[in-house]
Amino acid sequence: MNHKLLTAVTATALVAGPALADLTIVDLSYRTGPYGANGVPFSDGYQDYFTLLNERDGGIGGEPIDLRECETGYNTEKGVECYESTRGDGDGALIYQPLSTGITYQLIPKASSDGIPMHTMGYGRTSAKNGAVFEWIFNYPANYWDGASHAITHIMEENGGDISGRKIALVYHNSAYGKEPIRTLEKLAEKHDFELMLQPVDHPGQEQKSQWLQIRRERPDNVIMYGWGVMNQVAIQEAVNIRYPMDQLIGIWWSGSENDVKSAGAAADGYKALTFHNLGSDYPIYDDLQEYVVDRGEAAGSGDQLGTVLYNRGMYAAMLAAEAVKTAQEMHDVSNINAEQMRDGMENLEMTEEKMADLGLPNFGPEFSVSCENHGGAGFGAVSQWDADAGEFELITDYFQSDQEIISELIEADSQQYAEENGIEPRC
Amino acid sequence: MLYREAGDFKTSYTADSQTFPIRFDRFAYYALLIAAFAVVPFVIDNYWVNAIFLPFLIYSIAAIGLNILVGYCGQVSLGTGGFMAVGAYACYKLMTSFPDVNIVFHIIISGGITAAVGVLFGLPSLRIKGFYLAVATLAAQFFLVWLFNRVPWFYNYSSSGQISAPTRTLFDVPITGSHTAPWAAYLFCLVFVVASALIARNLTRGMAGRKWMAIRDMDIAAEIIGVNPLKAKLSAFAVSSFFIGISGALFFAVYLGAVEVGEAFGIEKSFLVLFMVIIGGLGSIFGSFAGAAFLVLLPVLLKNVLVGGLGWPTDLASHLELVIVGALIIVFLVAEPHGLAQLWRITKEKLRLWPFPH
Repeated sequence: MNHKLLTAVTATALVAGPALADLTIVDLSYRTGPYGANGVPFSDGYQDYFTLLNERDGGIGGEPIDLRECETGYNTEKGVECYESTRGDGDGALIYQPLSTGITYQLIPKASSDGIPMHTMGYGRTSAKNGAVFEWIFNYPANYWDGASHAITHIMEENGGDISGRKIALVYHNSAYGKEPIRTLEKLAEKHDFELMLQPVDHPGQEQKSQWLQIRRERPDNVIMYGWGVMNQVAIQEAVNIRYPMDQLIGIWWSGSENDVKSAGAAADGYKALTFHNLGSDYPIYDDLQEYVVDRGEAAGSGDQLGTVLYNRGMYAAMLAAEAVKTAQEMHDVSNINAEQMRDGMENLEMTEEKMADLGLPNFGPEFSVSCENHGGAGFGAVSQWDADAGEFELITDYFQSDQEIISELIEADSQQYAEENGIEPRC
Repeated sequence: MLYREAGDFKTSYTADSQTFPIRFDRFAYYALLIAAFAVVPFVIDNYWVNAIFLPFLIYSIAAIGLNILVGYCGQVSLGTGGFMAVGAYACYKLMTSFPDVNIVFHIIISGGITAAVGVLFGLPSLRIKGFYLAVATLAAQFFLVWLFNRVPWFYNYSSSGQISAPTRTLFDVPITGSHTAPWAAYLFCLVFVVASALIARNLTRGMAGRKWMAIRDMDIAAEIIGVNPLKAKLSAFAVSSFFIGISGALFFAVYLGAVEVGEAFGIEKSFLVLFMVIIGGLGSIFGSFAGAAFLVLLPVLLKNVLVGGLGWPTDLASHLELVIVGALIIVFLVAEPHGLAQLWRITKEKLRLWPFPH
C-alpha cells in the first residue's frame, strides 16, 4: 500500500498492516474543526457499536470487523484523501458513512464507479432515494425533504390543521446541506398557503446577528432551522436573545443535540428538533455496551458521550450497517462479503420491530424496508423537545410520515436530471 | 563536485541567459521532465493521484499565479480563493453550455474569464497600496463567494447549489467525471503545470516581468523611467488571475469533481495559497512549486506517519499536524525569510564550491 510506503520511507514505524479478509468498515469522522463537537459523539457511537459486536459476538456472522477511522475535518479535500486511502481494491471498504453533505456529493460519482455502497443517513443528496438512478447510494430511513415536510406537518397539527397565511422562516446553513429543503418548502408553501421567508447563514455560522434581527422585525410565526456545528448554538442563543418563543423554533435532526442547546441554558427549554430514531440510554443494549465496551476500556474517544442524541444516531447508523451485512451474508451464504454483496444486503434490508427488540433496541427507529426503486425508506420521523431541567431531549410525537406526494415528485425530477447529465440508464 | 562549471562555456547571450545555466541543473531538469511524463503515469494509482499529485500540481499553478502578483509585482492579494471560484464556475458553465467543445478550451477560456475579473478587481490597485490593497482584494474574495452562492444561474438552478463536473474527454479518454483513469487526470494537469511554469518564467524574465519588478521595488522610480503603472499593474493582475483561474478550473473539474463555493473556495484557500508563495519564496517560480509541495505533501505525510505508521488516534494526529506544520513554517521563515527557494539557492552556491570552499 502506498501510504505504507511513505511511512516506510520515513522509517519511523515497522508495524504490520491490519489483517485482511475481515469485514472492513471505514469511519470517516471529524473530531477536529468547526464541526468537531458534533462529529465526536456520532463517531463514538458508530465505533462503539462495532466494537460491541466484535467483543460480544466475535464480529458479524463469525467474521470479525476491521474498523478503520480517518479524520476528514469536514473538509472535502481531506475527505477525498481518506476515501482513496481506505477504499482498498477488491477486499476493501464495505460501506462509507461520511456524515457530510459536501463530501457525499464528492463521493457519489467515485463510489458509484468504484462499486462501494455509501449510506448517507438523513443527509447527503436527497434524490439518491431513487435507487433506479443511484445504484450505490442509500439514504434511509429519512432525508432532508422528509424533514422539511415533518416540520410543516407538526406546525399544522399544532394549529388545528390550517396554516394558511402564517409566516414561516427557514434559517439555514448556506451550503448544499441547508439549501436542500428550500424547494420542498416552496412546494409546501403553495399547497398549504403559508409564506416562506429565507435566512441564509454563511459557514461556519458564528455571526447571525443580522438574520435574527430580521426575524425580530418580521416576526415569523415559526422558524425552521437547518444548521450544524457551532451554527446551532449561536442560532439558539440569538433566538433566546430576541425572546423568540422556543416551542415555535424547530430544528432538523442535525440541529437537535445536547451540544446545541446547553450553552443557551434554561432559556432554551422547549426547543424542538426532529429525529428519526429514539433518544436516551434506556435500552438493554446499553448494559452490553457498558459491560463489553466501556468497562473493558475499549470505548472510542473519551467514552463520555454514551446516551447523547448524536451518539445514539451514530449507533443507529452502525446498527443499520451491521443488519445490512447480516442480510447480505444470508443472501449470498458467505460470511466474508464484499462491497457488491454489501450493496445487495442494503437493498434488501428490512427493519422490523422484532429485529430491533432482538438487538436490544426496542422501538428505537421506525420500521422500513429498502428496495431497488426506493433507497430512502418510508420517510418517517418524530419531533423531540428539549427539557432544560432534565437535560435531555424527549419525543413528543409518534413517528409520522412525510408528504410523500410532493416529495416523490421532486425526487423523480431531480434524479432524472442527474441521470441525464451523467448518462445513467435507470435500472428497475 | 556536483556543480562543476569548469568547461561549461557560454558563447552566446541566449546560452548565457537560459533558465538553467549550469549543465548539471539542466540535465536534472530534463530528467525530471522525462520522469514526470514517461515514468510516473505508468506507476501511479488512484491514491497517489487524488491525494498527492493532483493537489500538488493544481496548487502549484495557483501559487505561480499569485507569485506573479505578490512576488513579482508587489501587489498583495487575498482574493485567490475568489478567483479560483471564478475559474471553477466559468468552467462549469462552459462545460454544461457547450458540451461539444473540448475541455482544454473550456479550461483556457475559464482562465481568460478569470483574468478579466481579476483586472476589474485590480483597478483599485492604481490608487491604493500595501495592506489597504490586501483589504480591497479581500472584498473580492467575499463578494465572489457570495455571488456564486446567491445567483442560481451560476449553478444551473440545482437544488443544492453544488456544481458537479460531467464526463468530458480528450482524444476519447475521459478527463473529468468518475471514470477518469488516474494517469489521464495526472497527465492532463501536468501539461497545464509545465505550460504555466514555462509561460510564467518567460514572462517574468522579459520586458513584462522587469516592469512588474520595477513597480514592486519602487513605483515612483519605475514611473520616472517610463514604466506605465496602469499597464504594468493591470497586466500583472490579468496574468496572475489567468493562472489562478486555470488552477480553479482544474481543481473543480479534474480534482474534486464537485464543489460548493463556500467550502472549497473560502478565505482559507486564499491564505493557503498566500502561505505557499511566502514559504516557497516570493518572486521565484521554483518557490511556487516548493511552497505548494510543502503545504500539500507535509500534512499527508504526517498523517500517514502518525496514524498509518504509529497507530495514533486520528484526532490527536490531526491536532499535532497543525502544530507541526505551524512550527515548521516559523522555523523555515526564521531560518530563511526569503523562503525555500532562497534556501535552495544557498545550498546550490555551497554545492558549487564543495568540497573546497576556499
